[in-house]
Amino acid sequence: MAKAADGDSADAIVADGLNVERGGRRVLRDLAFTVPRGSVTGLLGPSGCGKSTLMRALTGVQANVRGRLDVLGLPAGDKRLRDRVGYVTQAPSVYADLSVHENLRYFAALLRAPKRDIDRVTEEVDLAAYRDSQVAHLSGGQRARVSLAAALLGTPELLVLDEPTVGLDPVLRRDLWDVFHRLARDGVTLVVSSHVMDEAERCQSLLLMRDGELLAQETPDGLLERTGAKDAEAAFLALIESEPADGTAGGAEGEGAAR
Amino acid sequence: MTPMTPMTATAGRVLRQLRHDPRTIALMLVVPCVLLALLRWLYDGQPHMFDKIGGPLLGIFPFIVMFLVTSVATLRERSTGTLERLLTMPIRKFDIIGGYGLAFGLVAVVQAVLATGLAIGLLGLDVAGSTWLVLLVAVLDAMLGIALGLLVSAFANTEFQAVQFMPAVVLPQFLLCGLFVPRDQMQPVLEVISDLMPLSYAVDAMNRVSNESGVDGLLLRDIGVIAGCVVAAVALGALTLRRRTR
Repeated sequence: MAKAADGDSADAIVADGLNVERGGRRVLRDLAFTVPRGSVTGLLGPSGCGKSTLMRALTGVQANVRGRLDVLGLPAGDKRLRDRVGYVTQAPSVYADLSVHENLRYFAALLRAPKRDIDRVTEEVDLAAYRDSQVAHLSGGQRARVSLAAALLGTPELLVLDEPTVGLDPVLRRDLWDVFHRLARDGVTLVVSSHVMDEAERCQSLLLMRDGELLAQETPDGLLERTGAKDAEAAFLALIESEPADGTAGGAEGEGAAR
Repeated sequence: MTPMTPMTATAGRVLRQLRHDPRTIALMLVVPCVLLALLRWLYDGQPHMFDKIGGPLLGIFPFIVMFLVTSVATLRERSTGTLERLLTMPIRKFDIIGGYGLAFGLVAVVQAVLATGLAIGLLGLDVAGSTWLVLLVAVLDAMLGIALGLLVSAFANTEFQAVQFMPAVVLPQFLLCGLFVPRDQMQPVLEVISDLMPLSYAVDAMNRVSNESGVDGLLLRDIGVIAGCVVAAVALGALTLRRRTR
């Protein structure tokens, strides 16, 4: 197990030959990529392309993961990663019948995070005014932020955020991206999924996925250059259309090459 | 204050959730009492009948109530995604289940004090053994309901399925626990099945405490079996929890 650890410590994530099967279907196919530490990586692709499955694999809750997937130098899901990786699921996973503060206090206790962390993260997601409100009474966007705040507690080295800015207004979205960039400057690695293409431009690196396969790993500028498109959305469409005509042909080809 | 462990933090969190839900607390504490009062009223003309079945039911009502509440509460944790979050965090599966056991166990103590106090103090339930022993057995019976509720919730995917476990898991035990037909007078096959059901020991223990003033080996055996079942169900519940899911 330790063999993977030291050599790759510059990379927060190393995936090679990564496959995930679900209900007899391969939902991730032969993914190979690395994510450098201290960066914001966008995970983009149409809904159902396997983004969430990849994120679940990274956090160690996905079954049937084959191939190599190292996180912070350890196999994904390793016990030692549990206070080093923060995870925010697509649906806000917090206790609706508790207040914002009570939620954060519980998660902070599990992470052994200091008490002042609770106030820090509450400020960071702009919920100080709702500290004592029951989560059930908050709006969808506010609930998502409580869920995000819980992942910011302690000192996570990797944050895996599944569509953290969905349904948020532009001002708040900008503020959260500022928080993400500040964290990255401090050395935290962030993997942020989105199907909103304009968020791509805020990332340092992009992983573009379709049908469980990795289409490209590029910088936003590199992607525009390569496709000659004006924005990320056009670039993504250009990339999909330049691929072999149809998923079946491409898939069969890919499998032939892999075996 | 003792330092917070993941288990006590979880118990504290579950209790805080309950505090925001006074109706559930009221139901957990009041329902067994109301049922006992109803039973006393039902046997108004035959106080000896109340003495005969009041004891066992003092153990059975909290068992059923706690079974239902626990199985749904832990299932809610699964369906809202908080369980998945917890499983990526530094907490052992046993601490999650144990936290629930601890929190609801505390409620079970309050419930047992109220129900026992009411039955013996106000409704005139006549027991030969000490009130403390009745209380102990009542708490253990409620804990048994909690532990079995925690265990079966691992096998339910929806709240709909969870409530179905009530008739499936609880009612057979209720029929065969010796309340309707004494266990030693059952068909041999049924007696064996009854011997395998934890609730039978809960009712046996309550019967012994009601009818005998001393503590004998059989009572200790029953208490040991109930406690063993509680520990086994909680451990099994933790084991059946899967970190990685499809």
